[in-house]
Amino acid sequence: MAQFEGFVADTTLMAPAARPPARNRTWLSAYFGTPGNAVITIVCLGTIFGLAKLAIGWLFADAIFAGTPAECKASSGACWPFLSAKLRYIFFGFYPFDEQWRPLTAMLMFLGACGVSMVPRTWGRALAVVWIVVILPTLYTLMAGGVFGLTPVPTTQWGGLPLSFMLSFVGLACALPLGIALALARASSLPAIRVLGVGFIEIVRGVPLISILFMATVMLPLFMPDGITIDKLLRAQVAIILFAAAYIAEIVRGGLQAVPKGQIEAGHSLGLHYWQIMRKIVLPQALKKVIPPLVGLFIGFFQDTTLVTIVGLLDFLDTVRTAMRDPQWQGIAVLEGYVFAAVVYFFFSALMGAYSRFLEQYFRTTHD
Amino acid sequence: MSLFYDARIRAFLYQTIAIGAVVFVAWMMFSTASANLAKQDIATGFGFLARQAGFVITETAIAYEPTDTFGRAILVGIANTVKVSALAVFFGTILGVLVGIGRLSHNPVLSRLMLAYVEALRNVPLLLYLLLWYSLIISVFPPVKQAIEMLPGVFLSNSGLVMPAMRWASGLEALLIALVVGTVAAVVVSRILARRRIATGKEMPVATIAAFAILLPFAIILLFADISVSLDVPELGRFRLTGGYHVRPEFVALLIGLTLSASANIAEIVRAGIQAVSKGQWEAATALGLPRSRTLKLVILPQALRIIVPPLTNTYLTVFKNSSLAIAIGYPDLVMVSNTIMNQTGQAIEAIAIFMAVYLGLSILISLMMNWYNARVALRER
Repeated sequence: MAQFEGFVADTTLMAPAARPPARNRTWLSAYFGTPGNAVITIVCLGTIFGLAKLAIGWLFADAIFAGTPAECKASSGACWPFLSAKLRYIFFGFYPFDEQWRPLTAMLMFLGACGVSMVPRTWGRALAVVWIVVILPTLYTLMAGGVFGLTPVPTTQWGGLPLSFMLSFVGLACALPLGIALALARASSLPAIRVLGVGFIEIVRGVPLISILFMATVMLPLFMPDGITIDKLLRAQVAIILFAAAYIAEIVRGGLQAVPKGQIEAGHSLGLHYWQIMRKIVLPQALKKVIPPLVGLFIGFFQDTTLVTIVGLLDFLDTVRTAMRDPQWQGIAVLEGYVFAAVVYFFFSALMGAYSRFLEQYFRTTHD
Repeated sequence: MSLFYDARIRAFLYQTIAIGAVVFVAWMMFSTASANLAKQDIATGFGFLARQAGFVITETAIAYEPTDTFGRAILVGIANTVKVSALAVFFGTILGVLVGIGRLSHNPVLSRLMLAYVEALRNVPLLLYLLLWYSLIISVFPPVKQAIEMLPGVFLSNSGLVMPAMRWASGLEALLIALVVGTVAAVVVSRILARRRIATGKEMPVATIAAFAILLPFAIILLFADISVSLDVPELGRFRLTGGYHVRPEFVALLIGLTLSASANIAEIVRAGIQAVSKGQWEAATALGLPRSRTLKLVILPQALRIIVPPLTNTYLTVFKNSSLAIAIGYPDLVMVSNTIMNQTGQAIEAIAIFMAVYLGLSILISLMMNWYNARVALRER
């Protein structure tokens, strides 16, 4: 016992006399802690300051807020009268001027419905039925007209932001079932089905979207029997659907692979056949896993719909471009339109990006 | 009916139906297409490739004249596509790695600035950026008549940058061969030296020896071969610049757009890769006394590389495919050249088939190369 006491005393003596000096970490040290760090901070602040000065100068200080094209030409800043004069064209394209409340209503309704559908608690069969039976037909009726005393408007006059929304939303909605089917085909145990699935997916993913759009707009009419012509808008839409389906298939495949094999075997031992196993056991688990990456993919497709402007459809980017080519404003407003379009695209993409991160968080905390 | 309950027979049946449907649709499309083409009097087949093209291509990575064939024009388009995507991948990777590391900096100003950079690039369509850069170049720089002469012989205007070019009368091939030989020699020498260092522990000045290996063939060629080169200095005429090497605004806008969009994607991949390396690696390196920059270079990045390479491959493929947006701003890439050919010959099917096949082939080639690289950096399991 005495020995033990001595041992304890010894260790007390060997303990350090003082704690190491506490590092004086203030908020400043994060910015100017070391010389290298200080240089980084100063360079970054300088960059931010320079960019802000340029932006404020162009956007506000030197900008013209009301005036004629001639006044804009004299100034070096932005020309905001261009936007106010062209805003309705930029948003709605060649849609008949007096009827433009219709695409506006349709767009607001669509965005409102999307906003409600983004809440995970509303998800279910009822929501899908409401979309298919109520919302989409109403939107189409509003846009196309022809009934209830609405003037018919052919799709060639559709344009602007509603068209961009339509191409990306309908594109993804139709591509989703096709993509799931392709993913199942790729995971199939039947060699011929698997080869067809892999072939389609890899070919579409190996070529740029623009080539598929070209195929749909230039080549497809050659493949159609006499007398059958398909609307140009529909052709571009089909191209986008096929393109999106291949990418969705790859994402869904990741989800399918994440479902343990025991789930399928359990299904077999219950005597369920293939489709029952897929529909009731595998797909619900797989799809839940891939919802966040699917939203991420959707951001990409929303941006990719701008490519239809190359094959001559009047999407949002195209109305911006053609507005700038208006003889009255040509050479005067060269950047304003693009900056405005960039802000619009940024707003919707960033919103969806935030939603994707929210979903990731939501699924991490609420499901297994 | 009982046959239908046999799994093998059902499998055979399903597959026959699937293949039959595909073949039937393909045959339908083929027969209607050939009927339509015959009616519209459009020639079919790839015979047009040997005919004279007759159109001008503003930017040619390989020699081309309007008197050359359509086939040659397509080759020029391929070369232009490869040129711009290779450069964009190169610059985009460097920029992206730097931005990705900056995103993880402990300095809040730097990391926020890099976040803003990535978000600004990822949330706006690439096509919009291309058009924006292009019209920015066109509107900011003066017209050719008032071209700025930055250095003697270097002119900057809204039709691009024109600078003196070297015109090789002879000796260029010899120098290129010397470059290849020198590079190969340098690689071989540094490998041998590395193996010796591992075996014996003897340090050698590897960098100096490698530089010497690269420069020696050059020096030999310069001393002994017959080299004649003249400088072609551009001259400002009344309406345009003549002579010299011309960097066009279409090319610059496309290169900037592709590089920036690639760099934003690569930055996110690099950041995720670095974050995936376990924290213990950082702590172990710190315990060994390595400073942060060397820890990153020697410990973290080599491990992060394994996670980074597969998504990086996808980004490279995306850059390559996105270079097809060139058509929107008028850079003569493969798609734009094919489009011109399509309009001239009317042979849409063949032209589209060619460029799709080229994209598909090159995509597969890039994936194979990156898979090979990935297998090299992958963790060697025991």
